[in-house]
Amino acid sequence: MKQYKNIIKGFGALVGIMLSQSAMAQIGAPFIHDPSTIVECDGKYYTFGTGGGGLISEDGWTWNSGAQRPGGGAAPDALKIGDRYLVAYSATGGGLGGGHAGRILVMWNKTLDPESPDFKFSEPIEVAKSIQDEDCDAIDAGLLLDPKTGRLWVTYGTYFGHIRMVEIDPKTGERIKGNKAKNVAIDCEASDLIYKDGWYYLLGTHGTCCDGGNSTYNIVCGRSKNVTGPFIDNVGRDMLEGGGRMVIAGSGRTWGAGHFGRFVVAEGVEKMSLHWEADLDQGGRSVLAIRPIIWKNGWPIGGELFKEGTYEIESERRGYSLELVVDFVRMNRGGGMFGGGGFGGFGGFGGGAQRPANAQGGAQRPANAQGGQAPAGGFPGFGAGAPGAGAPQGAQRPANAQGAPAGAPGAGAPAGFGGMGGFGGFGGGAAGGAQAQRPAQQAAPQPVASQTLADVIEDWPKGEIRVRMADYMGRPHQRWTITAVPEAGGYLGGPYYKIIIAGTNRALAATADKEVTSVPRFTGAPEQLWRIDQCTDGTYRIMPKAVPGTTEELVLMSAGDCTPTLGKWDFNSDNCKWNFKDMSKDITVR
Amino acid sequence: MYGISFFILTFVPNMQTNIFFTTINTKTNMKALLAIAVASLFCMSAYANPGDGDGDKNDLTKENVQPTLADYFSPVSKNVAKPDAKGFIRRWLLLEPIDKPNRSNTVFTDTYIRENFSQQYFPGQFTDIPTDGKTERVGEQELKWHAFDATRYNVKLFRFASGLEKQVYGVLFWAVTIIDSPEDVSNVRLAVGSNSASMWWLNGEEAVILSGDRRMVVDDVMSGRLNLKKGKNVLRGAVINGPGMSDFCVRFIKENGEPLTNVSVTLTK
Repeated sequence: MKQYKNIIKGFGALVGIMLSQSAMAQIGAPFIHDPSTIVECDGKYYTFGTGGGGLISEDGWTWNSGAQRPGGGAAPDALKIGDRYLVAYSATGGGLGGGHAGRILVMWNKTLDPESPDFKFSEPIEVAKSIQDEDCDAIDAGLLLDPKTGRLWVTYGTYFGHIRMVEIDPKTGERIKGNKAKNVAIDCEASDLIYKDGWYYLLGTHGTCCDGGNSTYNIVCGRSKNVTGPFIDNVGRDMLEGGGRMVIAGSGRTWGAGHFGRFVVAEGVEKMSLHWEADLDQGGRSVLAIRPIIWKNGWPIGGELFKEGTYEIESERRGYSLELVVDFVRMNRGGGMFGGGGFGGFGGFGGGAQRPANAQGGAQRPANAQGGQAPAGGFPGFGAGAPGAGAPQGAQRPANAQGAPAGAPGAGAPAGFGGMGGFGGFGGGAAGGAQAQRPAQQAAPQPVASQTLADVIEDWPKGEIRVRMADYMGRPHQRWTITAVPEAGGYLGGPYYKIIIAGTNRALAATADKEVTSVPRFTGAPEQLWRIDQCTDGTYRIMPKAVPGTTEELVLMSAGDCTPTLGKWDFNSDNCKWNFKDMSKDITVR
Repeated sequence: MYGISFFILTFVPNMQTNIFFTTINTKTNMKALLAIAVASLFCMSAYANPGDGDGDKNDLTKENVQPTLADYFSPVSKNVAKPDAKGFIRRWLLLEPIDKPNRSNTVFTDTYIRENFSQQYFPGQFTDIPTDGKTERVGEQELKWHAFDATRYNVKLFRFASGLEKQVYGVLFWAVTIIDSPEDVSNVRLAVGSNSASMWWLNGEEAVILSGDRRMVVDDVMSGRLNLKKGKNVLRGAVINGPGMSDFCVRFIKENGEPLTNVSVTLTK
């Protein structure tokens, strides 16, 4: 149960406060306790909290006080039904140490915008109550309009006894005549009902409330095929027995997750609203949080906010990596195909080596055969006759031709095929040719330097460079640094990001022909800003803030395995989904 | 298993030269060699089996049967050709392979493709519609155009070359076809898979490029949104390959993601 009075006192003082906040939390002044399910009204988002009032956001990322809800009391919920909004709230008996005589009330409004001339709440209607000493505390209402039946349900209750549910009329808000309350859970609070794929989920909050950074508040759920339960958790416990599968709990610098609400952005893109009892980066205050909902094996769990970093952006369609359309620049080959096993490497495959010296390597490895240290001798090389002939273009940069310790590890390894030296080169590639001539035991494996941006950037076009997908090889043209752009605003649950090639200012951008490209410099233009939503299956939807010349909402998608484009969101198509693989630690070995 | 067999068969001659006679004295190696020998005999016996008779000439699941040109191509019928049910274009004019030595397919960067495909190998390369049997002089080569219907969705260039007893590796193929559309069709994409790299032009404009060491994959690379005009649209392609198999598959995909099938495919302008 909650310490309502203290919370209510605190809220008045928070209005208008702006803090410097991390990109991980809603920005503005998102201070609230027991936020109602977020509702969109005329392009703005609203949530109401304990004590009256609530928050408004124009983009879903920056929240400030301003929503108005009369009646005070605790823990409201809100729902749009037809062209009206139904708000449920509770008149409380006093909380943990107080009385338990509560009332669940509902009221209607045509709009949630307090500036609208239509903004006027109807008279509250009582739909349930609890007396001073029964095993229920009639507060913390949660609403569900059953999409299967059109019936409207209210759950309510706290740790003091049972969570109960009643049915009300979706046209009037009145309690259905003759409806009897049913107990559906015990010893939890802030309940909410949702429906997905044939299951009804009852969510409730367990743990300690209202104790700042010491709050253990956490959200759990059970599910049932029937709207009235029984709601069973993942190990078969009824929520009437205290069961519940964890949905989200505190972590990092935010503690005490409570008062779940679900917002479906689009098919496959869902958000949960909740409050953190304490955001340590925001003075330990209770704040609104919005997290992706991931559905794992039929259970909702809290996804993570996107984290800034350097990533491979990988298509769900094929697993290929988004990259600039630039020539692939070969790098030192390292240990060779069978490096650890003693083959000493195949040398290069033609294009790998333009140095005449390397090109000779394949055919000229008598050292392997002579040395006696590679007992099996060496293969003469498949490209022995024409070294280098097939290497006209592959790697033009001297840097790539340098080093070439390719054959070394293999040459030094007596295992496997017994130190065959090297196969030579497939036509003069022979990146490891010279090294392979070393006596086998001398060669100790050495790190091979990763290709760096400096190795290749001078050869990149200076203007626009189109993008595509290809095998991820950790190359500079495949590594994207993604950072929030605070001044660009955001969307429900996140800020807009810029997506640039790591180490550059070259930015991913949408084009007027509904394609994607990269521009040499990030300018902050809307087509260079990206919304990143984690989907219900854990993949990501990536969409530009705007596409020049159209108001259509388009997402980054795969047209072919290797061809990105912009198109309409379709959760049922892997073409529209992406994954981010953190490459921040994929550091260069020098 | 196939890969292992291939490996052993390919390398056995060298192994015999370099391994058998240099390491035969050690007991350990004798065991290893025995294993290799058994494996080799197993593979060789499989290859010695001439197969199960003629069977269906298009049944390429028959083991140990050398595919022929007819397995993959048939002469152009007099029937009006349309793309197949999945939209793949099967009717093509193919030029016998141009000698273009490359020992590896890794050299096919975008720059390489553009530079080498923009060269003129024969007159009218980007403008003319060849006819079946027409010859082109490319350097020292005298090469002939062939009109074929592919028997499969993919045009098996390797078998085109081998079937004609032409060079199969280090080659550059040119292909031409004409899409006759009953109406203007906007926002289609040319979807190409090719082994190895390739470049394609629609009505003289570059449509799509597939660079790198590629495998043939349906819808591997797609063009941007294109417009097919009512009437005839000339589609040209060039496929380059060093070692290994070579083929391509081409279709148009509509804006709704479905293949374009309500067009005709012809070889005459």
